[in-house]
Amino acid sequence: MSETIKTDVLIVGAGPVGLFAVFELGLLDIKTELVDILDKVGGQCAELYPEKPIYDIPGIPEITGQGLANALMEQIKPFNPGFHLGEMVTTIENVGDPLYRVTTSGGKTFECKAIVIAAGGGSFQPKRPPIGGIEPYEEKSVFYAVRKMDAFRGKNLLIVGGGDSALDWTLNLQPIAKRVTLLHRRDDFRGAPDSVNKMRALVASGAMDLKIGQVAELEGHDGQLTSASIKDKDGKLDKVACDAMLPFFGLTMKLGPVSDWKLEMDDELVKVDVSTFETNRLGIFAIGDINTYPGKLKLILSGFHEAALMAQKAHHYVHPAKRLVFQYTTSSTSLQKKLGVA
Amino acid sequence: MPKITFIEHDGTVHEVEAELGASVMETALRNDVASIVAECGGGCTCATCHVYVDEAWMAKVGQPSPSEDAELDAAFDVRANSRLSCQIKVTEELDGLIVRTPSYQGR
Repeated sequence: MSETIKTDVLIVGAGPVGLFAVFELGLLDIKTELVDILDKVGGQCAELYPEKPIYDIPGIPEITGQGLANALMEQIKPFNPGFHLGEMVTTIENVGDPLYRVTTSGGKTFECKAIVIAAGGGSFQPKRPPIGGIEPYEEKSVFYAVRKMDAFRGKNLLIVGGGDSALDWTLNLQPIAKRVTLLHRRDDFRGAPDSVNKMRALVASGAMDLKIGQVAELEGHDGQLTSASIKDKDGKLDKVACDAMLPFFGLTMKLGPVSDWKLEMDDELVKVDVSTFETNRLGIFAIGDINTYPGKLKLILSGFHEAALMAQKAHHYVHPAKRLVFQYTTSSTSLQKKLGVA
Repeated sequence: MPKITFIEHDGTVHEVEAELGASVMETALRNDVASIVAECGGGCTCATCHVYVDEAWMAKVGQPSPSEDAELDAAFDVRANSRLSCQIKVTEELDGLIVRTPSYQGR
């Protein structure tokens, strides 16, 4: 068990609203750490539409999803928050008044005075292919992520997909696996051209196999895969012997562990008090697309507004003895000092 | 206004009026076609608005662009008539279009 990380506020989700929460909390001398399941910041902006323009950020006529994430990172730099990427918050335990102990899928433990859930549409998780009877194999011989490469040493592997994840793992695992078969629905790959070339060279030299088609059926017993039936575009079936299958079909948003945190919910959204954006649990806030209240609009700008109001109440938990004086960044020397501009 | 028919995998039929210039995905959402998820909202980055274009309409609807074809890699049970409905614009020519939805959009 690693050492407990102590902070004022833990933010669940590093999308635009989670990032802006760092800013609003930072102005009130509140330290933050962020946890996000993606391996990058920016949330949906970075994952779903990095190159698409957004037209409704106040004062910014046009900016891309990635551009907004980058700009927010620049804006929050003075507050130097901690980032814990590629991890999901799994449990929240109340250990004080309020004081929370939070654990992540990466084995980290945090202790914080308040929690801000800025989890958007939930957590991005791998898409599970709709193959009948796949469930018993999952996490035994069907894996959506590679944690330890060595687990695949000397095995027959079936890797499915045409993007960078499928190609990268094909190239990384080919030297240690017994045999790698890459399966893709078409003979064209969207992954990095360099990876595609390397993969094609391995196929040409006979070091691995490439098949074009889609998985139709799995065979095995007690969770242990023995082979997969593959259907080509004409419907012809072919069988590939395999000890493990790694499907890479991209990510989808699932609510995930939020539903276990004893929060009042309405149709997979967290109910909040509209003056503070606090949930039914003291010191746990929900801002951005994950929350709901009368009149809620799922807009980034709404999330920004919610972050500002949330910070006022969070201050009460983090610095209970300090009186909060409302100030403007334009005129307050103390705020400007925090921003490093005065 | 052009009419579009959505036939969901469970047999539910939606015959709806579509706005010219909107996408087939937007038309589905406005008319509560539940099996169109459209997680990314039309960015061609999530493959959760996958449809099968009726064979008779294939020529008029046309083939996916290279980037749409690449995104179809993240869909399931992809067939020769698979398209992402966010990438099909409603035109007068498509009046009467029939599309079917797959049983699974990845979630």
